[in-house]
Amino acid sequence: MKILIVDDFSTMRRIVKNLLRDLGFANTHEADDGLTAIPLLETGNFDFLVTDWNMPGMTGFDLLKTCRADPKLKDLPILMVTAEAKREQIVAAAQAGVNGYIIKPFTAAVLKEKIEKIFERLEQQ
Amino acid sequence: MALKSSGEQQVSEFEQILKESTSELLEKVESGNLSDAVNLIQRIHDERNRNLYLEVGRLTRALHDAITNFHIDVGAGNPVSEEMSQMANATDRLNYVIKMTQDAANQTMDKVDESAPVAERLREQAAALRKDWARLVRREMKPDEFRDLYRKIDGFLKESEEQAGTLSNNFNDILLAQGYQDLTGQVLIKVITLVQEIEENLVNLVCMAGQVDKMTGIQHDKSNPAEQDACAPEGPIVNAEKREDTVSGQDEVDDLLSSLGF
Repeated sequence: MKILIVDDFSTMRRIVKNLLRDLGFANTHEADDGLTAIPLLETGNFDFLVTDWNMPGMTGFDLLKTCRADPKLKDLPILMVTAEAKREQIVAAAQAGVNGYIIKPFTAAVLKEKIEKIFERLEQQ
Repeated sequence: MALKSSGEQQVSEFEQILKESTSELLEKVESGNLSDAVNLIQRIHDERNRNLYLEVGRLTRALHDAITNFHIDVGAGNPVSEEMSQMANATDRLNYVIKMTQDAANQTMDKVDESAPVAERLREQAAALRKDWARLVRREMKPDEFRDLYRKIDGFLKESEEQAGTLSNNFNDILLAQGYQDLTGQVLIKVITLVQEIEENLVNLVCMAGQVDKMTGIQHDKSNPAEQDACAPEGPIVNAEKREDTVSGQDEVDDLLSSLGF
């Protein structure tokens, strides 16, 4: 399982990376915003994307919409891990096709639960 | 604040003159004394202008003081020097906070990354020894194996002692890394004070400008500026208890998403 972690703060990328490693996902890569993530996603054969929302350059929300509009990336599972807590934003992310939404600060248990749920759903389809 | 109240005094003084002169003006007009009436109108007009110049002068001086107070260097022929500006200084301070918190987070995570494998190795060794020990208790162990176990326990005790020291040192380092809180707290209090000063000065300027508006009859467009995109990123919600358009935690996110059929 190859995972891309997108967040503008290196400490948050490191936290997510460590938590994913503890969950058994060791093959992780990093990008610091949507603009740097897209070329990696286009060529990297990633299986899963974990992204923040609020980033300079390109936000995670725009990255989500860009992926969904891209024939190659439209089915890529995307988990949003963000401090953005407005109901309207969560609804918009859901409508744009996000697979999971985690509010910061979060716990290892929540990350595990959401990832498991996403893959359970994908298997059912 | 003193400036603001004296500004209000000016206006009420002018209002007083205006009220008094109006009845006098009416009298003069009704009694047909037109030249006195015209003179009176001229006096009201002059009084208004005098007050207006005073107010504008006061406003200009306050604006100048505000700029000087914040050390925003905008002198003519003097290129904007960021070192001189308290605003730039506040920016530096806030960047310092980002750097300090980032460094502390990284130091803490370094020590955790260093400690986790140590604890894991001790756990593995203890688990293996406990298996051997259980065999010894059940008297299933041959003398050769027992000698081996004897040696292994000695090694394990020695390593436990050393590694516990390593862990203890790492915990201490983690504790010390939290020292950023004190330093960033002090820096943030300075920036908060500056923001409060700026806010007060701006409120004063707005009050003074209000007096000028009153005398000149300037009306401002009160319509709201274009509404912000509801999905524009806002960052962490700092006043969640006062907000109704936000969720308070992961449970509410999950409820909202499941209500949408997720």
